[in-house]
Amino acid sequence: MPGLSGRMSTVIKSKISKLLDRAEDPAETLDYSYQKQIELLQNVKKGIADVVTSKKRLQLQEEKLKQQVVKLDTQARQALAAGNEDLARTALERKNVVQTELQSLDTQIAQLEQQQDQMTASEAKLRTKLEQFRSKKEVIKAQYSAAEAQVRISEAATGVGEEMADVGLAMQRALDKTENMKARADAVQELEAAGTFEDLTQIGEGEDDIDRQLKQLSSTSEVDSELEKIKAELGSGSSAPAGQLGAGSGGQSSGAGQGGATQEQAP
Amino acid sequence: MIVRIATEGQYELGDDDVAELNELDNEAVAACEAGDEPRFRATYEKLLGLVRERGRSLEEDELEGSDVILPPPDVSMAEARSGFSEEGLIPG
Repeated sequence: MPGLSGRMSTVIKSKISKLLDRAEDPAETLDYSYQKQIELLQNVKKGIADVVTSKKRLQLQEEKLKQQVVKLDTQARQALAAGNEDLARTALERKNVVQTELQSLDTQIAQLEQQQDQMTASEAKLRTKLEQFRSKKEVIKAQYSAAEAQVRISEAATGVGEEMADVGLAMQRALDKTENMKARADAVQELEAAGTFEDLTQIGEGEDDIDRQLKQLSSTSEVDSELEKIKAELGSGSSAPAGQLGAGSGGQSSGAGQGGATQEQAP
Repeated sequence: MIVRIATEGQYELGDDDVAELNELDNEAVAACEAGDEPRFRATYEKLLGLVRERGRSLEEDELEGSDVILPPPDVSMAEARSGFSEEGLIPG
């Protein structure tokens, strides 16, 4: 059969026959195939573990990016509250970049999830085939002459070899995809480390223009937010929305300060 | 005839279905050679649909070699073109 399926069949079959050629004696073929299957099953397990590890890594990164979004959002609010619209705009622009990255991470994590499920199913299937192969081996031994047994064993070994090749292919594709995601995650991490998200115009250690300007503002805005909070607590209804905003940014600013050296004055 | 969709599983197809499969296969190759990715995808999806709908899915304990092996469902046109000549179908 020509075409895609013909080519694909040829490639897989040549791989299987290469595998079977290594053992000419039927019993040896069985043992060899069986041994290869056991090996492959181990590989599949390892592959699944790799996929899970990558997924966890991406999830961690997602968590970090989510924190970034909160931080940048807080910064934007603080800046706006302090009347610095340019600064708020810059913070929001960065927040956008991070959010875009978050979305693609989401898709990737979902993909990995799918890969993991698929590989787990493949592993179970291969295990079943392996059982089948083992019992068939006994039947062949008991019921057929040596010459016939050879043919039957080749058939069974081809069937199982094909399953092996297929699981191998599925695993390879899953790992290739994972590799691509890892490469991307690494790239994002490098960007992060270089301060692309947090410290676009980094001056000094881990402190960017937004951080510095906010630091200058923070004392006044904290006082302001305290004032707003107190106003709200005292129950003057007129400033309720401002009070909410102030309380939020006040709380967040101490959080951001712990993470990003916002509160430390340069010595 | 036994057809395997790579990375998915095996199906048993009747002769009529195989003839249709063959036609779609040739169409997919033509799209591939013309560099027409959308047509390739559409044709290949149709081909896979035919196998999945009309074929009988082989049980997990049926140990058969396939007559035809189809590329994985997520195959890219570039991959289909290269004819899967890369190493590594069987690890080790």
